[in-house]
Amino acid sequence: MNNQKTETDQCGSAGGERGEGVSSFSRRHFLAQVSGAGGILALQSMAEGQLADFKPSQEAVFAAQGAEMNPVSVAFKVNGTERKLTLDSRVTLLDALRERMDLTGSKKGCDQGQCGACTVLVDGRRVLSCLTLAATVEGREVTTIEGLQNGGKLHPVQAAFIEHDGFQCGYCTPGQICSAVALLEEAKRGDVSHVTADVRAPLAELTDDEIRERMSGNICRCGAYPQIVAAVHDVHGAKKTARRGEGGWDETV
Amino acid sequence: MEAAGAVEAVTANPEARFLAGGTNLLDLMKQDVERPKTLVDVSGLALNEVKSTEEGVTIGALMHNAETANHPVIRKEYPLLTQAIVAGASPQIRNMATNGGNLMQRTRCPYFYDVAMPCNKREPGTGCGAMEGLNRMHAVMGWSEKCVAVYPGDMANALYALEATVKVRGAGGKERSIPVQEFHRLPGDTPEKDNTLEPGELIVSIQLPKSRLAEHSFYLKVRDRASYAFALVAVAAGLELDGKNIKQARLVLGGVAHKPWRSTEAEESLTGKSATEETFRSAAEAAMKSAKPLAQNRYKVDLGKRAIVMALMRATGQL
Amino acid sequence: MAIYIGKETKRVDGIAKVTGKAKYAAEYQLPNMSYGFLVLGTVARGRIKAIDTKEAETVPGVVRIFTHLNTPKAKSTDPGDAMVPIQQETFRALQDDRIIFNHQPVALVVAESFEQARYASRLVKVTYDAGKPNTDPHAAKPVDPPKDDDPKEPPPKPRGDAAKALKEAPVKVEAEYVIPIDHHNPMEPHGAVAYWQGEKLTIFEKSQEVYNVRRHLAATFGLKEEDVNVISSFVGGAFGSALRPNYYVALTAMAAKALKRPVKLVYTRTQMFTGHGYRPYTIQKVSLGAERDGKLTALIHEAISNTSTVDDYTEGNNKQDRSIYACPNLDTPQKLLKLDMATPCPMRAPGAVSGMFALECAMDELAYALKMDPLELRLKNYAETDPETGKPFSSKALRECYQTAAEKFGWKNRKPEPRSMRDGRLLVGWGMSTGVWPALQQPAAVIITLNSDGTAEVASATADIGPGTYTVMTIIAAEYLGLPLERVTFTLGDTKFPRAPSQGGSWTTASVGSAVHGAAQAITAKLLELALKDAASPLKGLDAEKVELSGGKLQAKGDSSKSISVDSIFKLAGLDRIVQTHRSEPSPERKKYTTLAHGAQFAEVKVDPDIGMVKVTRVIEVTACGKIINPKASHSQEIGGVVWGVGMALTEGTEVDHRYGRIMNPNLQHYHVPVNADIHEVETIFAEEEDRIVNPLGIKGMGELGMVGIPAAIANAVYHATGKRIRELPIRPENLI
Repeated sequence: MNNQKTETDQCGSAGGERGEGVSSFSRRHFLAQVSGAGGILALQSMAEGQLADFKPSQEAVFAAQGAEMNPVSVAFKVNGTERKLTLDSRVTLLDALRERMDLTGSKKGCDQGQCGACTVLVDGRRVLSCLTLAATVEGREVTTIEGLQNGGKLHPVQAAFIEHDGFQCGYCTPGQICSAVALLEEAKRGDVSHVTADVRAPLAELTDDEIRERMSGNICRCGAYPQIVAAVHDVHGAKKTARRGEGGWDETV
Repeated sequence: MEAAGAVEAVTANPEARFLAGGTNLLDLMKQDVERPKTLVDVSGLALNEVKSTEEGVTIGALMHNAETANHPVIRKEYPLLTQAIVAGASPQIRNMATNGGNLMQRTRCPYFYDVAMPCNKREPGTGCGAMEGLNRMHAVMGWSEKCVAVYPGDMANALYALEATVKVRGAGGKERSIPVQEFHRLPGDTPEKDNTLEPGELIVSIQLPKSRLAEHSFYLKVRDRASYAFALVAVAAGLELDGKNIKQARLVLGGVAHKPWRSTEAEESLTGKSATEETFRSAAEAAMKSAKPLAQNRYKVDLGKRAIVMALMRATGQL
Repeated sequence: MAIYIGKETKRVDGIAKVTGKAKYAAEYQLPNMSYGFLVLGTVARGRIKAIDTKEAETVPGVVRIFTHLNTPKAKSTDPGDAMVPIQQETFRALQDDRIIFNHQPVALVVAESFEQARYASRLVKVTYDAGKPNTDPHAAKPVDPPKDDDPKEPPPKPRGDAAKALKEAPVKVEAEYVIPIDHHNPMEPHGAVAYWQGEKLTIFEKSQEVYNVRRHLAATFGLKEEDVNVISSFVGGAFGSALRPNYYVALTAMAAKALKRPVKLVYTRTQMFTGHGYRPYTIQKVSLGAERDGKLTALIHEAISNTSTVDDYTEGNNKQDRSIYACPNLDTPQKLLKLDMATPCPMRAPGAVSGMFALECAMDELAYALKMDPLELRLKNYAETDPETGKPFSSKALRECYQTAAEKFGWKNRKPEPRSMRDGRLLVGWGMSTGVWPALQQPAAVIITLNSDGTAEVASATADIGPGTYTVMTIIAAEYLGLPLERVTFTLGDTKFPRAPSQGGSWTTASVGSAVHGAAQAITAKLLELALKDAASPLKGLDAEKVELSGGKLQAKGDSSKSISVDSIFKLAGLDRIVQTHRSEPSPERKKYTTLAHGAQFAEVKVDPDIGMVKVTRVIEVTACGKIINPKASHSQEIGGVVWGVGMALTEGTEVDHRYGRIMNPNLQHYHVPVNADIHEVETIFAEEEDRIVNPLGIKGMGELGMVGIPAAIANAVYHATGKRIRELPIRPENLI
């Protein structure tokens, strides 16, 4: 059995995580990051910059309520970097990324596998990090939205989402993009979908209907679906997109 | 690697549960519906292959749904299974969910999911919230006064049509085979029990006998949106034809009962007849004859019949 | 010639969003953070009899559990004034033992970690003295809305004698339409991170109006407003659900104050369903009377919508009826149902999308009764001037919308008979509708810093919940400051910046955009003033009206030979920057006109006659909403509106078990928003209007407009396809078999 088995005390007296909690936020937060990325990031830096003043008073530091009672150690690669964490066994991969590893690109939309916002790649396959316990990714390779860029260059899917305006509020976007990246690999492999007419035959074409179905695990409440389909189609390199079809979107009368 | 250690761990601890894909168990834990004290992660066990055998194929219980659906042997010989799997959930979930876990999927009944509501399945003796409540999604077949929930899965509907056998392993290395039809239960007086597994038993594989249905099968799912939704009614249909003549028929309904609902009445009505729409209509009538709808799901009787006819028409290339 | 305005511009926040760098409220991490988890009640009305937190408190990591017994009372329950009054939620969490809706918060657990807080939350035991819930809209008694609800906008009086005209009309239709409760379900759950430094509060919060949240928190804690800083840089969708301060905001700040450490509190998806309001349930009765030629003679639109027992939320489902068709006799009464539910709130196109569903379906029914083409019926009753006030429209290209959409759609090929068009075995239906939304503008202020290095920072406390406010304001500023786009940064969502209205009502670009434009003009004037200090200035003799900023130069309009570089003006004046604050207001000129944005929606559905599944295969929507500043994001807005319309028509609906008064589908597995596979061809087109009345930039707004009309167009198409008139949403497979 060895590493095949992880005992995870779910509801028992799980331990405090202060040790981990303290080490998980890093000094980086409190240095104003003046990046060249423009106003938005500058604003965030401002907000973070204010925090430099923030020092919890002595009484504010909460006394530990007991030792860590149920920690699990887990080592895995995130975006190419080896990470080793000691976590409450109940922590999902999503919460580990967001709350303990400063990787808030993966989003929590429903926390129950019903929206796809938390989609990440584990060993190259798209999965829901909200339904993955962090303890179960031991030895695996996790890629999040923060790890898709290559040498500072946007992944083609990221670029296509900007080009086709495949988002509005941006909250589902990291999940959509991770999903789309995996979709292209699945299509390359010839995987079938619910709308594939003949599952016995090789996958003939990644039509718009195929893309729609294959992206249906990622809800976009802003309703950017046609633009998302266009973006995926573009990267796949097939015919021009539906949205840019007859009558195009930049037309006015 | 073998499963013994995991089985012993769960057998020894009544509050332990196997964790495979986690897509249903973790969701239910977050809802406070499932409250295991210990989880035993079996996802790494080497039970993740499709093996062709003399009798048919053996599918590993811990193989992911997506891999199973796309396995060349499954696509070619058991396209009904492929279609059923890809009709369910989303690509991400199918990448996580395992075949064994899929069989273990619990109902999506909203009263089961809400711990503030009565539910005999979740908490025996509290009553059935859906019986007199919101029951549009609920059972029309085989329900009891205790429970009107439906089994939500798609994959199992195809497995019933393919007459699969579920191989399980219990304490002391004891293995047994359960015909899939006997795997899930009707609610009766003990709706808290979804299936016939003994405590600690782990599904190790699903065996499919050789099938003659591959040429004429179809999985149809009717739902509230085009994708990523549970079935209102689903139909797994498979026929073996000799010319126009139906030599063998399998018909299983999803979304209508506490388990995949195999209609032997419909199968009998089809067998030996000519594969025409008229034949299919009679079979549909036969299949839904025993339906007892609730206040809000009367439509499922008619929809079920229509879906059966359509699935059979599609299976025979007539639509 | 505009350089940026009217040109497709990629979002300036695009890279932040596609790389995961954009930070939403709950994503700020602070030292010594603690995590909150809400405990929700399980009955719909009554009182808390007892609450037992003992066991929960023993869970390791639990810091404190707040209930109504130990939560400090709000200093003031003044609901706070939004710059634009919106009906407020008076409910405050954990203030007393009263239960007024099911899933009401009864405790807040704060722990060292999210997991610990969640676990402990389950051990809090609450008992109630529960009353029988009253949540069934069809069993409740409608009441009149309060008379003094909004003194500035008294309920309109009936026009003519609608009852008499209806009685005498040769052709009439009367029908009732029902729309269930719908929920916004933005992808980002509402949440906040709060911390205190002495008596100063900072909160990262999901908000459509940071000033409103600030006012609310200042009142709650008895603080000076300037001691509250509300920050909301990115909002993961809101659609109205973050217009008002929702109950978690004060709770988060309260806990942080009591514990003297930062607190993060985020709703679960389930908590969203009672945590911020919803589109109310509506029962609408529409009666139309017409001459045989289609001329409307009577329009009575009675709307009943639900509210809570503590607020009178009224959204005016029939308001837009008064200006949309030229009908001399009209009555639009509105009534309320006071239910044991949380208070509703505005949800995309509030009032209008529900009301226009009823009216536009009724118009379709009338067209069939008249044996008249539905489009022709609309044109027959086209309002050339506002039938309510007699005022002219500031602009109205609705006729062009109809014509363009009909042509694009191929409407002339429609066979009028239901069930007369097919695609193989599928029934094809074509339906159309009209959309309308007021072109509104609110006071707004911005600050612009123009630096001598040729960059500019522009800031305003507006929001960008997705429409592309970051981008559109950058465009307007770059255009009128004569700078390259990439040298202008626009920041928002912070009470440190000048006040802006909520991001609602589709008024952001008109309001904040006008302020940006005004500030840029003021800077232009200031630069001219500085330039003219040089007696030899090439701009001598020109006034501010006659000059513009372009390409880093201040130049005479239409004569670039008379120019001076901004750089040299700065040098001349010995300045390194100019800071300009500007507040814009809607012009009084608007009052002489009716200002509306319009649209025409044409939808094609294909219905499977055997299993009743509907596919919206094609939608053409043409909208007339003034000047389009950024077509790229604007099209996305309208497409999003179409998707919302598809959801409202076919998939969405919040289900309540009235025995318990409890929402039973508070999640995304049973509350079905459309998925990608539900959306097919969508084409959106703008019929641009030149409108100098609405505001100097001619902006009307489009976020709500794009949705209005879509549910009706789909329902009308379903009727055309199947011959079944479904008057209750959502239209589901069982309605069509």
